[in-house]
Amino acid sequence: MSRYNAISPVFPDSNYTGLMIRKLLASLLLTFLLPGALPALASDSPLVAVASGMQFAIREIADSFQQDTGIELRITLGASGKLFRQIENNAPFELFIAADDSLVQKLEQMQRTRAPRVIIARGRLAVFAAHGSPWQADAELRGLASALDANQVTKFAIANPAHAPYGQRAREALQSAGLWAQVKDRLVIGENVAQATQFAISGAAQGGIIAPSLLMSDKTSNRGEYALLPEAWHQPILHSMVLLQNSDETTMKFFHYLQSAKAQQILSRNGFTPVL
Amino acid sequence: MDWGAFNLSLQLAFYTVLLLVPIAMLTARWLATQPARRKAIIEALLTIPLILPPTVMGFFLLVSMNDTHALGKIWRSLFDESLVFSFEGLLLASILVNIPFAVQPALRAFEGIGNDMREAAATCGMSRWRTFRRIEFPLAWSGILTGGVLTFAHTLGEFGVVLMVGGNIPGETRTISIAIYDQVQSFDNASAALMAGVLLAISVLAISITFLLTRKPYIRIRA
Repeated sequence: MSRYNAISPVFPDSNYTGLMIRKLLASLLLTFLLPGALPALASDSPLVAVASGMQFAIREIADSFQQDTGIELRITLGASGKLFRQIENNAPFELFIAADDSLVQKLEQMQRTRAPRVIIARGRLAVFAAHGSPWQADAELRGLASALDANQVTKFAIANPAHAPYGQRAREALQSAGLWAQVKDRLVIGENVAQATQFAISGAAQGGIIAPSLLMSDKTSNRGEYALLPEAWHQPILHSMVLLQNSDETTMKFFHYLQSAKAQQILSRNGFTPVL
Repeated sequence: MDWGAFNLSLQLAFYTVLLLVPIAMLTARWLATQPARRKAIIEALLTIPLILPPTVMGFFLLVSMNDTHALGKIWRSLFDESLVFSFEGLLLASILVNIPFAVQPALRAFEGIGNDMREAAATCGMSRWRTFRRIEFPLAWSGILTGGVLTFAHTLGEFGVVLMVGGNIPGETRTISIAIYDQVQSFDNASAALMAGVLLAISVLAISITFLLTRKPYIRIRA
């Protein structure tokens, strides 16, 4: 018996095929066992779709809800318009919290909901300038206006006005301030307000009009200066929630929890104006 | 660190390879012996998923898997479940998107064998199945395996299609690339970096294992 480094593996007596199949099966088994060994999130915990501007507040409320009831939530964040599209296309969400009440109204008209909607909070807009920006953030956007005149702002971040409520309101505010035409060609558009905020606080853009609720976490605070814009400059940012058709009792509990004083306190601590 | 997303991505990649590679192997074997013109047309059709942007593929799939269209409707009537935004829908999308990655290397390998080899085997009295099992498969093996590994790696990294048809549902359609995107949007750069690092390590490991497996082994020949 001798060993050869075979040039071609096709000699009839070789057990090459069998060897390869065994190796393949072993590696497949390995990839199959690996996933099974990892912990999975229970798929019966309520699935909640939330506008991304509310991410820090909703996580805090979800944590407090879990402490009080032991129920874990699954949270999907995104632009309200995108989440609406997904619900329209039968995404299995059970509760929807949008930053735009009209989207929730539309779902009611489409008879996709289980109970009447509830408006839980009003959001604000903030103008933000990162540390080291050549301009100051102020409520009247005077700093931004002069920086635009001096050509010091090349990139300005807002959320996508096509499907993100904060983007639509930011456009209205810029129009009210008479700066839209000037700023239009310098916009960087975030897919949702969280991405727009990311652009602004990272310093990639020289500033932006974003959600103050996203600037209050320890992950995002102290990255620059911000000022709240007058609410008269834009349509109100009404955060509205509704139980969707496939929601169950557990989801209902969270729906009620969101209306509790405790949840409302968390919302107000996170830059929202409670309305209940 | 989102282990759920990790788990989901591995399962998606595993099932995609499991279902796609055998089909791709048979398709490639069949295609390799077709006349040149027919082969060119079919090969072009099978390469479409590689040419189209993932968002376009995702859009087509989103529309066709919806409950109001044929595919989604059939699925709904069979299983009483929505195909879009489900793991099964994601798996179907993943299989379609990966067709060129699995077929191309296998096709090149089968083409490389040549008809004289098959004819020689036939002259020796080997049946077509035996020829395939004992001669063609071993020779095309590295191509088939390369297709499998590309499919596995590409599924782990797929983003655009998953974003369009998945809907970012934890435990159902939130894959690792979507979870990383999510964590960046949640201002959680540390977790995103950690997950990206683990993904990188897994990818290098997978590719190394493949190179190890495709290396031609020493074989025993009985005197």
